[in-house]
Formats: sequence, structure tokens, C-alpha cells
Amino acid sequence: MTGPDAVRTLGLTKRFGSHAAVDGIDLVVPAGAVYGFLGPNGSGKTTTIRMLLGLVVPTHGRIELLGLPVPARVVDALPRVGALVEGPAFHPYLSGIDNLRRLDAADRTSDPATSRRRLGEALDRVGLGAAASKRYRAYSLGMRQRLAIAAALLTPKDLMVLDEPTNGLDPQGTREVRSLIASLADDGTTVLVSSHLLSEVEQVCTHIGVMHAGHLVAQGPAAEIRRQQEAEARVDTDQPEQAAEVMRELGLRDVRVTPHGALGRLGDVAPEKVVTACVHAGLSVTRFVVDAPTLEDIFVGLTGEGFDVSG
Amino acid sequence: MSAAELAPPAARVAVRRPSLRFLASELRLVLRRRRNIAGLAVLAAVPILIAVAVKSTASQPGSDAPDFFQSITENGLFVSLSALTIELGLFLPLAVAAISGDAIAGEANLGTLRYLLTVPVARLRLLGVKYAAIVIFAFLATFLITVVGMAIGLALFGGGSVTTLSGSQISFTAGLARVVLASAYLSCALASLGAVGLFISTLTEQPIAATIATVVFSTASFILDSIPQVAWLHPYLLTHHWLAFGDFFRTPIAWDGALHGLYVAAAYGCVFFAAAWARFAGKDVTS
Repeated sequence: MTGPDAVRTLGLTKRFGSHAAVDGIDLVVPAGAVYGFLGPNGSGKTTTIRMLLGLVVPTHGRIELLGLPVPARVVDALPRVGALVEGPAFHPYLSGIDNLRRLDAADRTSDPATSRRRLGEALDRVGLGAAASKRYRAYSLGMRQRLAIAAALLTPKDLMVLDEPTNGLDPQGTREVRSLIASLADDGTTVLVSSHLLSEVEQVCTHIGVMHAGHLVAQGPAAEIRRQQEAEARVDTDQPEQAAEVMRELGLRDVRVTPHGALGRLGDVAPEKVVTACVHAGLSVTRFVVDAPTLEDIFVGLTGEGFDVSG
Repeated sequence: MSAAELAPPAARVAVRRPSLRFLASELRLVLRRRRNIAGLAVLAAVPILIAVAVKSTASQPGSDAPDFFQSITENGLFVSLSALTIELGLFLPLAVAAISGDAIAGEANLGTLRYLLTVPVARLRLLGVKYAAIVIFAFLATFLITVVGMAIGLALFGGGSVTTLSGSQISFTAGLARVVLASAYLSCALASLGAVGLFISTLTEQPIAATIATVVFSTASFILDSIPQVAWLHPYLLTHHWLAFGDFFRTPIAWDGALHGLYVAAAYGCVFFAAAWARFAGKDVTS
């Protein structure tokens, strides 16, 4: 990874009264990563994002955004950061494009000469070109979400912070956001995407951080996080006891007998060895399955809770 | 890691240009909003109402009418002054309160505040642009009344030389200049109320609450100003010198009241803008 990390925090803490919404987290988003910031509603994701963007002042801890200290130099960092924070918010009686025009006018780093072209491109990129001059009031939730993403794309960005970007989008819209994230990443933009829905980020993330009750309970490259929970091998056979015996001999752990066969944690054992060993032992294997852990499994493993439970 | 590693390449820090685009956008936002257009229409209707009423009822307004009223039939310029006198009590402060109360609280209420701040707009700059728009609006609202009053007044009653409150005559041009001067003075007074509204607007996410509180502030100031027992307080009240705009129609012009009024207005403007900054600079934006 070249250059400084896009985001780095040290002991970042935010207390509201006696309640610590975010409690001493060390967030690291490497440059170029697509960082899935996961956690149930209320786990502190949005408060963290607000602190990164200088909207909320941390109680303790340090933040570096694109190498610059926040909040001290947040104004220098933010022109290179596109943000979608806790849903879209625009002036209802202005049209979509007038709302974007206002945000572009407020940006002292944007070039007024290219404003028209950039506005058009941003709207086209999210598929709102045709509805540009419609009042925001008349937009559907999905269109509003798209407009917010367009607003973040008015100027080229090094980092996109997308807080729950697919809220209110239909499956088609969710797919589009996913491909948008992928295309941003291809352009070299770092993406920090928060979500309480695992499935929508699972496919695009290179890195993952999991928040739970104000703590960052896991963080790292997605593959590494997945490895924390081992895959399970399942053998279906008419001789479950013998299959379990073979698996234990191979070194699988937590081996259990089921009505149709046996299963156990693979650990370092190569999956194909299990099949060969079973066949050598004279078992008739009717089915062999390796269950890779889903993020949901990992999350439950980390927090002991289902994903949609508020932390 | 070393400090050098953390430092971004200098070229990556974007250049910030001085720009009036945001102020222009802010003014467009205020002036294109239907609620504000309706408010300005009401302000402009008052001089028309006065002129038509005076013209149609008789050429003899009651003897207890405000000073300027008695002069309306003599010179159309006095329609402007009568309208300003009447609207100064509630309509003008209400108009300024509506705009200034909405300044920060309105954006917070819609959630657009967080997007402006992440554009980014530095917080001091946001307050500065918002206040500049409020001041411009205060001038606009006041001069709207003045201009509409003049137009209808001159149309119905004609112009000519002006009899001042001191009884002497000045030329029409001189009279016109004094009306403009008086309007500018009142605009400054209202702009200082705008600073109060801006400050209150940083305290809440409810624009209506901020507007009401600002009107309460100006009204309380008027009320206190009418209670003799607190006479020691009067010179410091925001509204105490507002009616001094009448002094522009004495010969020679009595500057004392208006000058004091300007000092008080400047003091209120500075103190409340600073208070707004103190409040807003480190505020958590959670809307």
C-alpha cells in the first residue's frame, strides 16, 4: 500500500453524557481499499463517520483523514472526500440539479467554469439525468439516495464515505450502487461503506471492520477476517459413526454425528483429503460439502448476536 | 511512522478560491422561496394600503395620527415614512426574524447542514455568508417598502418640496435623499436584529422556534423601552433608537439619536455574531 492510509484513528471515543457511543476505536482504512464498515444499527458507525468528517467533535482520540488531522485541518481534507451521511438531505422546493448547483457553489475548490458539465456527469452517473429539473420534493426515496451520491461525485475524490448507501433502494438500485462502488475503486478511490446489511457489502469489500456496541471488534483484510472462522466439512453417508471416526483421525475438530453423516471443522486439513480418507475407509459417500463461513456467521461469532439486533 | 510519512503531498491540498458563488446561491435560496416572496409582498402591500386608505377616506387624517401621516397628502414621500413607521413595530422585525431564524436551524432541520459542512464550508464562512445574506435581506425588505411607498405616494399625492418635522421647507431632492438615508439607517438597525436571530438559530434545530424567539427579543425590547422604571436600560436596548429615523426630517438633521442607534446596532451585531460563532464553532452536528 503506497501513501498514507486514507483514514486512521487512534483511541477514538465519543461520549454523549455517560454513554460511550464510540469507545476507543483504532480504525485503519488503507488507501485504495473498499472498506466495509459493518455493525448493527446503533453500534456507533454513524457517530464514527460524523467524527471522521468533522461534524462531531471526539471526546478523546485522534483522527487522520487523508493524512490530515481532524478536526484541525478537516477543511483541507474534505474537498477530496465525498460523503453520504445518514441518508439524503436536500432543499425540498429546489430541483435536483438546483440542489447540486448550491452544493457546488458552496465549494470554493470547484471550478465554476466546469460546473455545468460536472453536474450533468454526476447526475448521469447515478441515472438521474432525466429527473434533474424535477423538484426534490417529488423524488422517490431511491431517487433521493441517488441524488446524494451524485452530490458526492461533483468533483473527483480520493475517498468516498458512504453511510448506508443502499437504504431505500430496490434490488436493482442496490446492484447499481455496488457496481458504482466497484467502479470508484477501479479509479483508485478509497471507499468506506457502512452498512447493517451484510449481503450488500460482502461481495465488494477488500477490507472489513465490525462495530459492536461502540467497539471495533474485528478489522482487517476481508480474507483474513473470513479465516478467523474455519470452514466446516460435511460428509453424508450411511455410516455416520465411521465417518466421524475418519474425520477425527484426520485432525478435524468439533466432529459431530448427524442423522445423515458427520461434520467437523477443517482447520488446516485440505478438504479433498477428507473425501479420499472416507473412500479409503470403505464408506459410501453420497455427498460432500464444505461450508465457508458467511460474514453473518463471523459476526455472530464475534458478537454473539444476530446482525440486525441493535448493539 | 514518521511525520513525513503522514504528510500528504502538498499538491493534493486543493486551492480555495475567494468566491461569491455561495452568497449568490444563498440569496437565490432566500428570494426564490415562496414563503419569503409572500412575506415581501405583505411588506410591500402596507404602503399601498396606507396611500389608498388616506386618499379614499378624506384629506383630513385624524389629529392623533403619527406625524408622518398628517403630511402624506402634502407630499407622497411621506407614504414611505408612514409605512416604515408602522411596519417597524412587527412586520419588519418578523421578516428579518424569519430569515435569520432559518439561517442555521433551517439547514439543520432539513439535514442539509451536514452536507454543507462536508462540502466543505468552514463553519465561520457559513456563518459569514448566512449573515451577509441576512443583512442584504434587511436592506432589501426596508427599501422595498420605501420604493413602493414612494411610487404609490408620488402617483397619488405628487411630490414637490418637503415640509420637515421642524416646519421648514427643503427641496424634493433633499427630501428624497433623507428618505433614503432614513431607510438605510433602519436597514442597519434590522441587520443587528438579524445577528440576534443568527445566534438563536445556532441554538436549535427548529427554525420556527428561532424565528419566534427573535421576534420575542425585539418585542421585549420595545416593551422594556416603554417602561419608565427601567429608563437606565433604555439606551442599551436594541430598539431604543429605531424611531430616531424621524430625526432625519428635522432641520438641521438631529444626528445624535441615529448615531447612538448605529453604535448600539454595531455592538449588538458584533456581540451576537461572536456568540453565534462561539456556539457554532465546536457544536456537534447530529441532525
